[in-house]
Amino acid sequence: MFELAVDVPVVWFTLRVAALAVLLLAPFGLALALLLARRRFPGKALLETLVSLPLVLPPVATGLLLLKFLGRRGPGGRAARSLFGVDLVFTWKAVVVAMMVMSLPLLVRTARVAFEEVNPRLEAVARTLGASEVRVLSTVTLPLASRGIAAGLLLAFARSLGEFGATILVAGNIPGRTTTIATAIYNDVQTGLDGRAYGLLAVSAALAFGAIFLSEVWLKRRTNA
Amino acid sequence: MTLSLEGFRLPLTPFALELDVTLSAHVTAVFGPSGAGKTSLLEAVAGLRHPQRGRIVLSGRVLDDAAGGVRVPPRQRAVGYVTQDDSLFPHLSVAGNLRYGAGRGVARKAPLGEDRIVDTLGLASLLDRSPATLSGGERRRVALGRALLSTPEILLLDEPLSGLDRPLKVRVLEHLLKIKAAFPLPILYVTHEAAEVEALADEVVVLDAGHLVARGAPADVLRDGAPGRSDRHLAG
Repeated sequence: MFELAVDVPVVWFTLRVAALAVLLLAPFGLALALLLARRRFPGKALLETLVSLPLVLPPVATGLLLLKFLGRRGPGGRAARSLFGVDLVFTWKAVVVAMMVMSLPLLVRTARVAFEEVNPRLEAVARTLGASEVRVLSTVTLPLASRGIAAGLLLAFARSLGEFGATILVAGNIPGRTTTIATAIYNDVQTGLDGRAYGLLAVSAALAFGAIFLSEVWLKRRTNA
Repeated sequence: MTLSLEGFRLPLTPFALELDVTLSAHVTAVFGPSGAGKTSLLEAVAGLRHPQRGRIVLSGRVLDDAAGGVRVPPRQRAVGYVTQDDSLFPHLSVAGNLRYGAGRGVARKAPLGEDRIVDTLGLASLLDRSPATLSGGERRRVALGRALLSTPEILLLDEPLSGLDRPLKVRVLEHLLKIKAAFPLPILYVTHEAAEVEALADEVVVLDAGHLVARGAPADVLRDGAPGRSDRHLAG
């Protein structure tokens, strides 16, 4: 017997860090997607593999790599300390980084397909009409790829909301500080707070359903256009 | 206006486009069978491909010089390039398409005038439409208008009548003749239809497998029989 309850602060925290992760990831991820869609260069296959690695590597293994990289003695951790004077691991910032790394492949793969579907001829014609590269990107490439980009961002957001394995290693599961929906469900089940676990289950199912549904709708409409 | 290709070589498969020619007619038809290298020639003049050897000079201005490392980017060439598939921007209205290249920074001369272009091509009633709702002939006219509005120094037309049914061909051809009469603008006109050459061109160069095999006045060149000559579908 349990009473259904929604842990609102955890939901709110998860939504905010996931949104921040996608926001920070977007410029980098989209640039990477465009690069992979439009350019040929040595080492491209290697870069493609690295980008997709978080899809198939056990998330906990990715988390361990991140922990070593972002830890006090890791290169990322040392850089963050000397540049910004902050520690990353076991803080909300590490949650953001874990979400970014884990959702990178979904954003890049979806956006890349969207960019590849933009007819390069249209970009070429825009150039002959006097458009600079920035103008071609902002008035032709991005608008024509916008649905796929939006779908990719939404998928990345959904993936971030559900992130567990990498997060728990690099940010831990500190109630009120780094606990997200996913790690809270784990906590609640372990400590027998079934009502809270099911409440969060309902919330995350609704969020995931909404995000996937919307991204499917966007991708469909783009293909039919 | 003169367009010169000097010692020009552009590798294609399975041959190379190799030309040494100076063109100065008002409308020059580039005639020849499919796969002769006609579209590649337009792309090179537009700056979308670059020669391996040689130079492209438009009215005294060097656009490409392989030896000298000159590669003027497409946006600075002032060429009005109309592709075979018309390449209208699907997310912009007809007006948005027409104005995309208007007011470009590289124009060296006075614009041709939007009203005049819209009038000549009969586009006034289409301005608010989306390209997806246009007929094939309307799309060609919008693409022509868009190129003209960018104040080009030369118009590059890649088979502007291909894929249209016969009545539409005749109508778009009429618009091309109007453009020729209304604007003193050199035109490089790619086609594999002899009838179009006769109707529009002042001079014709015949390409086959990347080489110039004949050139001269359309009547003379076509009478002597050009390779890949097709039926005179526009006659009558």
